[in-house]
Amino acid sequence: MTETAMATDLLEEEEQKSLQSREFGFWVYLMTDAIIFALLFATYVVLSKNSAAGPTSKDVFDLRHTAGETALLLISSLTFGMATIAMARGLSGRVLMWLVVTALLGFAFLAMELAEFQGMIAKGAGPDVSGFLTAFFTLVGTHGLHVSFGTLGILVMIVQIPLKGLTPPVRSRLLRLGLFWHFLDIVWIGIFSVVYLPGVM
Amino acid sequence: MLGRLTVDALPFYSWVAMGGAAVTVGGGVAVFLLITYLRAWKVLWTDWLTSVDHKKIGIMYVVLSLVMLVRGFVDALMMRAQQAVSLNSEGYLPPEHFEQIFSSHGTIMIFFVAMPFLTGLINIVVPQQIGARDVAFPFLNSVSLWLTASGAGLVLISLVVGKFSQAGWTGYPPYSGIEYSPGVGVDYWLWALITSGVGSTLAGINFIVTIFKNRCPGMTFMRMPMFTWTALCASILIAFAFPGLTVVAGQLALDRTLGFHFFTNGDGGNMMMFANLLWIWGHPEVYILILPAFGIFSEVVATFSRKRLFGYTSLVYATACIALLSFTVWLHHFFTMGSSSNVNAVFGIATMIIAVPTGVKIFDWLFTMYRGRIEFHPAMVFTIGFMVTFVIGGVTGVLLALPPADYLMHNSTFLVAHFHNMLIPGALFGYFAGMNYWFPKAFGFKLDVKWGIRSFWFWFIGFYLAFMPLYVLGFLGMSRRMEHYADPTWQPYLVVAALGALCVLCGIACIAIQLYVSAKNWGSARDITGDPWNGRTLEWATSSPPAPYNFAVLPQVGDIDAFHEMKIRGTAYQVPERYEDIVMPKNSALGPVLGVLAFVLGFAMIWYIWWLAALCLVLSLVCVGIRSFDDETDVILPAAEVARTEKARLAQITPDDLHDMRDFLPVGPASGEILPGRA
Repeated sequence: MTETAMATDLLEEEEQKSLQSREFGFWVYLMTDAIIFALLFATYVVLSKNSAAGPTSKDVFDLRHTAGETALLLISSLTFGMATIAMARGLSGRVLMWLVVTALLGFAFLAMELAEFQGMIAKGAGPDVSGFLTAFFTLVGTHGLHVSFGTLGILVMIVQIPLKGLTPPVRSRLLRLGLFWHFLDIVWIGIFSVVYLPGVM
Repeated sequence: MLGRLTVDALPFYSWVAMGGAAVTVGGGVAVFLLITYLRAWKVLWTDWLTSVDHKKIGIMYVVLSLVMLVRGFVDALMMRAQQAVSLNSEGYLPPEHFEQIFSSHGTIMIFFVAMPFLTGLINIVVPQQIGARDVAFPFLNSVSLWLTASGAGLVLISLVVGKFSQAGWTGYPPYSGIEYSPGVGVDYWLWALITSGVGSTLAGINFIVTIFKNRCPGMTFMRMPMFTWTALCASILIAFAFPGLTVVAGQLALDRTLGFHFFTNGDGGNMMMFANLLWIWGHPEVYILILPAFGIFSEVVATFSRKRLFGYTSLVYATACIALLSFTVWLHHFFTMGSSSNVNAVFGIATMIIAVPTGVKIFDWLFTMYRGRIEFHPAMVFTIGFMVTFVIGGVTGVLLALPPADYLMHNSTFLVAHFHNMLIPGALFGYFAGMNYWFPKAFGFKLDVKWGIRSFWFWFIGFYLAFMPLYVLGFLGMSRRMEHYADPTWQPYLVVAALGALCVLCGIACIAIQLYVSAKNWGSARDITGDPWNGRTLEWATSSPPAPYNFAVLPQVGDIDAFHEMKIRGTAYQVPERYEDIVMPKNSALGPVLGVLAFVLGFAMIWYIWWLAALCLVLSLVCVGIRSFDDETDVILPAAEVARTEKARLAQITPDDLHDMRDFLPVGPASGEILPGRA
């Protein structure tokens, strides 16, 4: 074996180890993020009845709209899953296709959420009206911000895959982004069942 | 264009404020000129600021911490001086200035002295203790450092542009809300906390992964050195607690900036939630500060008693217990808020239970010293001083843990005395012990012993003089944070406390002299072997200062005191059969760039300069994006170069330099063989 080949092997071996650490580290990061959401959920539960003189949850929530958002996000998790399966088979074209679909679903979700926020603010139910609305906008908005960053990440991957191919670092990145995306799905299910569902009942 | 930033933000309104600003700006200019005079900018940039080497990052953390210690201590000195003279008078500080000083003192000491000091020591030592070549994420490590530094920068610049918070280091609403604190002070406090808090979270994640994934062969969890154990527990606490700080600071920032109602008086806010959220972070934070110091004491006490650490397993379990329990006691910071007596009782009992594992540790250290051959090195002296003093703090803590007693002493100077009694010996003495202990590892020469001992005595006596009177004053009914007072019986105690602060000033001066004298005489105090104290753990197996890769060949571990065992067996300092190529991470300018962006982002948010904030956010995202495209972040250090470095090192070591290990060999029935020289 030539010296350069040995050096490449060594670099690849170290890269492999480093990617394993990154995946473990990403799980730990997700735990820290879960704590952020846990505390925002707790805050929401404490403030959810404090609507002061402003609108209550019954006045502002529209379950049909929320159902649409939920469907978009859940389907996007499925399509990301399809991208991961395609990646396992090494089909970079199909990975790209599924990522594009996922990004579009992400954008659609964000558009619906922004429309909801804008409608509420226009109706005089903005985050500066009451404790309840403050907690609502912060919790749901933080989730939305995460979805935005996730979508941005998907766009980066859509650029990286054609440029670099499905190399080990790219695969690892996609895997971690997938974890992030599915994590946001779980948080959304929490939001649906702690915020929206009790809010209209 | 510049938000609410105008010329009025400059401190021309008072002499004291102008003095502070002048010292800050003057200090900055002096450092700038000195570096320019030494033509050190290029070296500083390529070898230090952009470095991802954990040892250099650690040293930069400690330097940041020592600089901020001076700043935080000047605040303390000013408070003690004010209270010593302000009987029935205004003293020399107007109230709004006094409030800024006690707010910045607490903020600086916790976030920009204690946190960087312990993170720095962990950085320098832990990878070497576990036989690793670096941390799991070297680049992330650099980002953490620079986020912490940018938070410190925000606190420093608040002296020059605008004012700092007047709401105390805990910033309780509604006083810290926009209605009662309309200026930029609380915003400075918040953004300093958010920036450095994110940095700390990332550092915590980094060290969890490092300790889980990068241990050398044979180093099982129950063979990890105590300092590594405490670093692991502290890192887990950081990862679980600091997101809470981010949340509560973000919420208060939203209240202040966008008119939200998390903690406002009216409109459905709930200010009691702030106390809960803050202390859900804040109490684990106390243990984040103290656990690594406990680790340092464990290492120091074993090394300088020349014995194996007594009760290693119990120390591990005690550490883990403390880490777990630290999340169950936060309400004891506000017993008086009016929770039901049952709730208060639960948290009071949980608080007292923490004293049990802590007591276990004290006994373990005492038994380690028992029948040991104690060497009174400054690190050991700080350790003994800690044990004596910390127990007093523990006793007053158990007293405060009783809700009925707490009702009488809440927010009195008794409380101030109590937590300084925990944090000065429990955290700071530990970091000083660590500095004296590991300095030769980081720099290759030993610190001066004489000035180290002097710094200890000034700190030790200064501490008692400064805080024992505060215990008494608490019983006499003095509240904390008083700008002036009318009770003449308090004054003598406050004068003694001020003398104590002067004594501590001498202690800090001694540390400065110690550093200066040691650097001047470095040639005569060189550490050739890398093992100046006859140490027991793996960090002493590397050279001092270590090569960038720490270990040319990864060690194989079979014992808790791995390096001690190697020396006994004679396998230390051996030349391996062959050296191999080593993969090293490349330096990156993105760490400091992200730090600067975070600083400007914070500054822009504080002064409502929205376009600048948006720009910084976009640029930060671009930086992260650029980094994500870079798959060639490592370089190879060729085996030949490793061999050259190692041979040069081993050639310097003569047999006379090595420690005599015969005294450590087992004797009597345990030995099983006849020992050389003792037959």
